[in-house]
Amino acid sequence: MKMMSCKEVSRLVSESLDRKLSIWQRMQVMVHLMMCGMCARFRKQTLFLHAAAKRYFGIMDEGAGVLNDQLTTEAHERIKQSLKLNGQ
Amino acid sequence: MSEDQNDIPIQLTDPAAWVDRHGDLLFRYAMTRLSDRHVAEDLVQETFMAALKSGQFSGQADERTWFVGILKHKIIDHYRRRDRERPMSTIQQEKKQEDLFDEKGWWCVQPAKWPIDASNTLETAEFWEAFRHCLDGLPQRMRMVFLLREMEEHSTEHLCETLKISAGNLGVLLYRARVGLRRCLEINWFCTETEEV
Repeated sequence: MKMMSCKEVSRLVSESLDRKLSIWQRMQVMVHLMMCGMCARFRKQTLFLHAAAKRYFGIMDEGAGVLNDQLTTEAHERIKQSLKLNGQ
Repeated sequence: MSEDQNDIPIQLTDPAAWVDRHGDLLFRYAMTRLSDRHVAEDLVQETFMAALKSGQFSGQADERTWFVGILKHKIIDHYRRRDRERPMSTIQQEKKQEDLFDEKGWWCVQPAKWPIDASNTLETAEFWEAFRHCLDGLPQRMRMVFLLREMEEHSTEHLCETLKISAGNLGVLLYRARVGLRRCLEINWFCTETEEV
């Protein structure tokens, strides 16, 4: 069995977040990860960021002090105006 | 904004109050996904207009959820429109990204060691700013698929259909986005030093 390259393994690590890999692919990745500290590290970090991404939206949408974006006063007025015009 | 909220019971369905009550939230929602103030403002306006035109606002149990639902569609429509107007090939993007592997497929820019307490970092506002900065730095298309997939959790099938791209193409875009984001945060947040071979 030819060992997969790091590039191939990193690609499969990403794919595993989107679909179930075949048994054969999983085995190859596992064997590679056992022998390659760099890819093991890459996998761990990628999974970490995958989990972080899930939290990102919640935090941003609540405007939890991170970036408290707001509509400008002008935008507020403009939108209100157009609602008014169209609501009549 | 409106002081009369104290006297008059809040009318859930009054379009005049929509902007004050939900405008900022919807705007933030759009900004997080689009990072463009003008587009975000426009889409918030479009959302309210669509809500108004639908004329169904008397029966909405939860206004906020209803508006967010409309806005979501507007954002996806916007992505699609932009994608059609300014199509970018993945090959072009490929060249822009730093190559982390040598021609044999081994790491040439090795993943650096991150601090052991990396998970504590999720509690700091600065981390999320760095996260956003790195996300904004991704090529447009990559960013779009990443946002839709990782954060909104659209299934890959749904994404392929919505964006009219093949599963293989989607996989490549997601892979590049993840690799790019990891590398950017490594440089701008977690590290420090990278060992280059």
